[in-house]
Amino acid sequence: MNENHIVSSFDEDLAELNQLVARLGGLAEQQLAAAVDALENRDASSIDKIIAGDAELDQLEQDLNDRAIEVIAMRAPMATDLRSILSAVKIATVLERVGDYSKNIAKRSLVIINEETNRAETISLARIADIVQGMLRQALDAYATANADLAMEVWERDEEVDELYTSLHSDLLRVIASGHEQASVSSHFLFIAKNIERIGDHTTAVAEQVYFQVHGEMPPEERPKADASSQIGESD
Amino acid sequence: MVNSEASQVKIKARKVTVHYGDARALHGIDLDLNANEVTALIGPSGCGKSTFLRCINRMNDVIEGCRVGGAVSIDDQNIYSDEIDVVELRARVGMVFQKPNPFPKSIYDNVAYGPRIHGMASSRAQLDAVVESSLKRAGLWEEVKDRLDAPGTGLSGGQQQRLCIARAIAVNPAIVLMDEPCSALDPIATAVIEELIEELRRDYTIVIVTHSMQQAARISQRTAYFHLGNLVEHGPTQAIFTNPENQQTEAYISGKIG
Repeated sequence: MNENHIVSSFDEDLAELNQLVARLGGLAEQQLAAAVDALENRDASSIDKIIAGDAELDQLEQDLNDRAIEVIAMRAPMATDLRSILSAVKIATVLERVGDYSKNIAKRSLVIINEETNRAETISLARIADIVQGMLRQALDAYATANADLAMEVWERDEEVDELYTSLHSDLLRVIASGHEQASVSSHFLFIAKNIERIGDHTTAVAEQVYFQVHGEMPPEERPKADASSQIGESD
Repeated sequence: MVNSEASQVKIKARKVTVHYGDARALHGIDLDLNANEVTALIGPSGCGKSTFLRCINRMNDVIEGCRVGGAVSIDDQNIYSDEIDVVELRARVGMVFQKPNPFPKSIYDNVAYGPRIHGMASSRAQLDAVVESSLKRAGLWEEVKDRLDAPGTGLSGGQQQRLCIARAIAVNPAIVLMDEPCSALDPIATAVIEELIEELRRDYTIVIVTHSMQQAARISQRTAYFHLGNLVEHGPTQAIFTNPENQQTEAYISGKIG
């Protein structure tokens, strides 16, 4: 639907909400990238900034909620307009959560920053982080361009994240269970991996919202779920 | 909101066309309207929605040069067939207009008018009962019961409109047509009428033309979107306003075409 509203200030309101989502998305991406960099480069210098940056994300989400309520009250939006506002609010919630996870990654990174971690596990985590960052970027692009097909690609890529995470999870559990001196570091590492995996899940929620906004219904099938770590945890 | 099990078609329009002289206002409308539901007809000015409404009680007959084609049936009886008594039809299909139009008579006589000319009451007591029950169903009784002899035109706009609704339902119609019944009313009077419409649909089938998208969304179970004399889309109101199938419907309800 490319036609503009007869009341052009309504278009401006919707554009403003889109811009707020874009800013939130940009900030969430930045926070995640900074947290992953801090961990991979063993660089503590940016961690305070990441923790402070989270408050900005929280504020931005609040601003978006306030604007969305005003637009709904004042414009009484219908159909696609209504769905796009609802999606913006939901996506903002997700991006705020991405920020929380990034902050948590940063905090835990600080604890293990001077510790040795297993090289294979570090590479595996970097791989997961790389995919998740790509997914987040793609989900935000899909939102910006209202491209439901692109959004569904993000949705499908989460399967790979889940598989990698399940594998890393069992490696780390083995170290923790062995009582090795690295167990404490590994448990932090495990939480970091879990946080990144959760960001992947949340990113699929963004993708679902893009699909919903475009089609007016949620994606037809259950997302393929490959995170078997919960079952492994129980059987081990 | 829409109970498909209980819904039963009350009004059936087939290939309905309307010409005003040489100008064709409706291009062949097929539409089923369910009993005990409120159907909202929406669309830009000149789209044919009021013309369609007026086909349901043959109000178009009184417009010079107006020709109606196709068939409209109520309870499977074609109202355009020769056997139909139009006066009797208009008692079965009541109408409420945009501007409240009480007769320059007392409140009582406004409501009693229909039952009198249709010979529906054989005694004053019977007529009193019809007037009282009609005013009650129109939600006006408590406000006017002590001044039934006062002129109907002395009431407020919202009260006048409820008086017109009482007048329409006094002759026990099956269907009530409403042509923008709230467009001359303030928001409070509008809310009172909307609440009333919701109550009335238990007893009547209601077809309402409205220019207010919010009103259509609030009060109707089904919505039909007309554009340039065609029925573009018809469906459950919640579907029309959340995820319409047609791009033209979407554009109209979103305020993208005038």
